[in-house]
Amino acid sequence: MPHTSATEELEIIDAGGRAKPPSDAGGDGDGAGGRSAMPQRIYVTGITIGMAAILMFFMAFASAFIVRKGVGSDWQAFPMPRILWLNTLILLASSVTIVRARHFFTRGDGEGFRHWWTVTTILGFLFLVGQLIAWRQMVISGFYLATNASGSFFYVLTAAHALHLLGGIVALLYVGRGKLRRLTFATATEVTSVYWHFMDGLWVFLFLLLLLGR
Amino acid sequence: MSSHATSVHHAEAPKGWLRHYIFSLDHKIIGTQYILLGLSAVTIGMILSVIMRIHLAWPNAHIWGFAGGVVSPEDYLRVITMHGTLMVFFVLTTVPQSGFGNYFLPIQIGAPDMAFPTLNMLSFWVTFLAMIVLVSSAFVPGGSAISGWTSYAPLSAVGVIAGPGQGLGQTLWIVSIALFCGASLMSAINFLGTTIDLRTKGLSLMRMPLTVWGWFITACLALLAFGVLLAACILLLLDRLAMTSFFIPSGEMVSGVLLKHAGGSPLLWQHLFWFFGHPEVYIAILPGMGIISHVLSTFSRKPVFGYRAMVYSLSAIGFLSFMVWGHHMFVSGMSPYSGLAFSILTLVIGVPSAIKTFNWLGTLWGARIQFTSAMLFAIGFVSVFVTGGLSGIFLAQPALDLYLHDTYYVIGHFHLIMGVAAIFAMFAATYFWFPKMFGHMMNETLGKIHFWMTFVGVYCIFMPMHYLGYAGDPRRYASIDAVHYLARLQPVYLFISIAAFVTATAQLFFYFNFFWSIKHGKPAGRNPWRATTLEWSVPTPVPHDNFAGHYPTVYRGPYEYSVPGAAEDFIPQDVAPEQVAKA
Repeated sequence: MPHTSATEELEIIDAGGRAKPPSDAGGDGDGAGGRSAMPQRIYVTGITIGMAAILMFFMAFASAFIVRKGVGSDWQAFPMPRILWLNTLILLASSVTIVRARHFFTRGDGEGFRHWWTVTTILGFLFLVGQLIAWRQMVISGFYLATNASGSFFYVLTAAHALHLLGGIVALLYVGRGKLRRLTFATATEVTSVYWHFMDGLWVFLFLLLLLGR
Repeated sequence: MSSHATSVHHAEAPKGWLRHYIFSLDHKIIGTQYILLGLSAVTIGMILSVIMRIHLAWPNAHIWGFAGGVVSPEDYLRVITMHGTLMVFFVLTTVPQSGFGNYFLPIQIGAPDMAFPTLNMLSFWVTFLAMIVLVSSAFVPGGSAISGWTSYAPLSAVGVIAGPGQGLGQTLWIVSIALFCGASLMSAINFLGTTIDLRTKGLSLMRMPLTVWGWFITACLALLAFGVLLAACILLLLDRLAMTSFFIPSGEMVSGVLLKHAGGSPLLWQHLFWFFGHPEVYIAILPGMGIISHVLSTFSRKPVFGYRAMVYSLSAIGFLSFMVWGHHMFVSGMSPYSGLAFSILTLVIGVPSAIKTFNWLGTLWGARIQFTSAMLFAIGFVSVFVTGGLSGIFLAQPALDLYLHDTYYVIGHFHLIMGVAAIFAMFAATYFWFPKMFGHMMNETLGKIHFWMTFVGVYCIFMPMHYLGYAGDPRRYASIDAVHYLARLQPVYLFISIAAFVTATAQLFFYFNFFWSIKHGKPAGRNPWRATTLEWSVPTPVPHDNFAGHYPTVYRGPYEYSVPGAAEDFIPQDVAPEQVAKA
């Protein structure tokens, strides 16, 4: 990400300073003041509810995986692509860096925030590239989408996770760009990081499911 | 008004016809759009049911629009599939929740709009797209899908080899439902976020109207159920398009061809589908329960009997709905122990349902009932809910279900409790809220004719179906005249068909009343029913941001009717205690 001008950074620091604590920003929803502005906490509520829906979506796949393995007589374990270990480490590291970014943000340090936020975004991209390599490794070991149900689940689960993670990267880029319309920076970084941690935890679950259940 | 960049919902309505009526962010416009979408879906669905009834009564009758003028067995399956899908998804799921909920939830909780207006608009347009995709499947080569609204695998999974409609038509069906799932999830996030965070001052959870509770619990169910169906749809699409084997078993022979798929489980589809499908029937009915409680209280001029019990039983039904999906699969060869568990859990739902029925009757007990059209439909709802619920207790028992499964008994059961009950709730809601939505009253005489014809009509349609089920008549047969033991049931078919035609005709009174009253009904004023909740405290038509900047404070529960010592027989929620006129 190119280095930004000092004014934009000031804007971020300013937004961070004004918005503490995040839940107080932008109206209180009791009707006293906010006829035009929605309270900022709805975005945190919204992402929390959205994560519940995403969790159910993946649980459906996970339970289908377990049932399909249990009832099918044709199940063949696929060799776990080795790069997944590295990918998992990358994603775990990105959770640490986004915590760092938030830390600098709450201290009002725009430079530090922007640095770690960019690192997180790059790690996110690296994870996706790593997942593509994992798909290549699957193909090399002879497991295409329709070769065996075990592999089918591998592709479905990783693709669905990658799409959701891509949503997280879009959010990282959007917040990193520095121009927000409805959310304050405090809310935007909170919502993005909550979702990012969720994507991380979800991946660890899926990784273990594939590793132990394949 | 602040000029802050975070403003979402400006006090003035957007200029321009397209932004105002089509791509609107206003929850009232979006609610109306959903209602009109549902009205078109229910119209097509009803025409399809009339076609079915003509064909069932006179199997050789010529019907316009079918190849050779006669409905073939495949055509019949196409018609039931389209009828079921339109009715379940685009009417029952859409109108009570997304339609009336969108319109009245923000007003009833004192909010300017839904929490995420853009997401709200997106939900509607994705739903609209889903319906376009579904309806367009009737016009592709091979026609629309034939596998019913449940789309059981492997029939739905193997592709065009299974029959003409199972090609592109079935693919479009799955795409349509997947889109619908996405739209419903977005809508559920909006409903939950709005109810949690945007309630006005003083509106604690136990002061929310039961309508809001109904929409809230329904949104919880939708949030947890539609993701599962979406996942199932993706797997089904992959089986069809990418040669995977999630649902197609080994050695599957279709039309003389041995398929290459191996090891899949058709039962897996059933589990995933019904894990969604059972909550889905509550998604259809819970908003109706809320609406009915609301209407019954208003026209009984009495508080809802046992408000808290209503809230808890609503929640209990929602909770239990996720544990009973197996009762749709008693004949799937499941372990008898599983069957027993599902059966007991299903019967347990009878308890909160009975609490609700008892409380509805308790609300009516000793009341000075005002028999408006809305009230008649509300009472009609209680009637069909009890009737349909009782047959559910029979079906919940595996031993009885083995016999009754996939017979007309099931058709009679779920049409009464899910279809008719939810439709009655929609009618009650329409007659009740029409004055607020359009500023005019609907005609009460036409409304009463509509109610009585419909009420008698639906019983004449669906009660004999229980008898057909006892006689062993399987559902989804295009005609029974070739089946020896069923052929003598033909007079019952004829009776049901005539009842269906009369009931369908009765709906013309509704259509006329609806569209005529928008312009020509009696002017309604702000609060024609002398009701208590916040939507009646705002002017009609409702301002763009609902309260024109003056957000109300709520001082009391939603159903303060006939309070002793008060001058009026109702006290609106936003009237401060010191302002209540004494008798």
